[in-house]
Amino acid sequence: MKNLKMKKEFKVIADLLPNNTRVLDIGCGDGSLMHLLRLEKNIEVRGLELNQDNVKECIYKGLPVIQGNAETELHQFPDKSFDYVVLSQTLQAFYEPEKVLKNLLRIGKSVIISIPNFGYWKVRTKLLFFGEMPVTKTLPNTWYNTPNLHMCTIKDLFNFCDAKNIIIKKVVGVNENKTSLIKKCNLEIKNLFSKVGIFLIS
Amino acid sequence: MPSLAGLFFWMNKKLENIKKLDVTKPLKLDCGKTIKDFPLAYETYGKLNNNKDNAILVFHALTGDQFVTGTNPITNKEGWWVTAVGPGKAIDTNKYFVICANVIGGCMGSLGPKDTNPETKKPYGLDFPVITIKDMVKAQESLLEHLGIKKLLCATGGSMGGMQLLQFCATFPDKAFSAVPIACSSSHSAQNIALNELARQAIMADPVWDNGKYVLKNVQPKNGLAVARMVGHISYLSEKGMQEKFGRKLQEKADYEFSFNADFQVESYLRHQGYAFVERFDANSVLYITRAMDYFDLSKQFKGGLVEAFKNQKTKFLIISFSSDWLYTTKDNKDIVIALNASGADVSYSEIITEKGHDSFLLEEPEFLKTLKGFIDSMYEKFKNEKRI
Repeated sequence: MKNLKMKKEFKVIADLLPNNTRVLDIGCGDGSLMHLLRLEKNIEVRGLELNQDNVKECIYKGLPVIQGNAETELHQFPDKSFDYVVLSQTLQAFYEPEKVLKNLLRIGKSVIISIPNFGYWKVRTKLLFFGEMPVTKTLPNTWYNTPNLHMCTIKDLFNFCDAKNIIIKKVVGVNENKTSLIKKCNLEIKNLFSKVGIFLIS
Repeated sequence: MPSLAGLFFWMNKKLENIKKLDVTKPLKLDCGKTIKDFPLAYETYGKLNNNKDNAILVFHALTGDQFVTGTNPITNKEGWWVTAVGPGKAIDTNKYFVICANVIGGCMGSLGPKDTNPETKKPYGLDFPVITIKDMVKAQESLLEHLGIKKLLCATGGSMGGMQLLQFCATFPDKAFSAVPIACSSSHSAQNIALNELARQAIMADPVWDNGKYVLKNVQPKNGLAVARMVGHISYLSEKGMQEKFGRKLQEKADYEFSFNADFQVESYLRHQGYAFVERFDANSVLYITRAMDYFDLSKQFKGGLVEAFKNQKTKFLIISFSSDWLYTTKDNKDIVIALNASGADVSYSEIITEKGHDSFLLEEPEFLKTLKGFIDSMYEKFKNEKRI
């Protein structure tokens, strides 16, 4: 089930990317997205990944991956050296997400970020009615062992981009297998019903 | 044990029977001198297939030689990379054709300071020209030509082997489909140079060395050479690795002897390594090869530095470093990754977490060997497909 949902998000990301481009996947995991992009869109992919086993897995698949920490090692990539930089569901886990985001916008001509939406209704209810930190499928950890330091909602990221003069080109909300375009006019409702938000910015 | 002179005679006799290419093409060295008609000793393992797409070139390190795996016919010991290369190993010789050449300046059959200078009809000694990593690499390119290999599936090497590989890729950008430089650096640091200088000074301080003229007398400055080797061995282990291996353990005794014998196991280890080395290596070769390493600075060869060195690189790289290596650190290796990234090259990087220090690449280090195997096997699939198209 988790796998299927992952694939849905990757599918949305793949659809946002034009063929034959250069893409850097930050926190590329075992290389599933890179593999998909290379195979289906002939995209020249690169990955950055912290976990040794994941790095090994990418290397076995013949996918170029650099073992390293995105929080401290993004300086190695030159300005505008990629058409797109992808960051899937990890922005909230950085100590300084703003700094990381600035770096992504420096390296890529465009950036795709996905976030687990803290504004999703189930998350809200959990906190509102039960008075507990929410544990859901998208946010499976408890408060004391979660890697997520800076949770935000789709609306938060929307407002953040506005405040920082970051251009939002497209936002897609994902709920199970359904996707929908998010705009300013439907932001309130989509912020309530999307599990994941995917932003294309530059 | 036979006398050292006898041993060398016997070694030279055996060296007559190994594979050698007579390089007839003149090679202009970085120092300005030219060598020609010189021997380049090499060994191969496995079979080159009909498509010639399974060749892997291995570059050896400072004290290595062409005998990568199996039994070294000269020393009768195991090849230096038997952990990684051989049938069923990470670099599988049932599948791949592995080539390794002795570097020029070395002493395992390729032209080196103990060979006869055609001009004087006497051994070169210090009349041997100072060589560089680039000279070593250019000499080896002739071997690929000789073997009829247009493009290697992969080239790899650790330590000085990795430096040769970086040079090889910069000088011949289209000769290797993939490359795995391991535990190396794009230039020698002050500390690297200092350690090499220590090794050289140890040799030169031995009165037998006699300005390199010991070769004429068929002797070897074995005390100096042994100390030089001990310096190396300290730098190949990490502090923690050494502590775990030896600690303060005493060598086959219950208490201190109150003497300068090898009371501690670590002393005994160094002495053993040092004196075993003199039986197979030429002191002047150590001087020449360490010099080549010290002079190595890839960024200096290109205006615009290291990024420029890797410009237009089609080779797919995998850089590997070891967390406890303090000779060629993770940072040294990452600098290469950064330069390759900046030049837009296809590069992967993995840091293997281990306490075994610089030596890790020669040891049974499962994570390293699995990564190496995974990369080479996946590159082979790609290379085959690319050649078919």
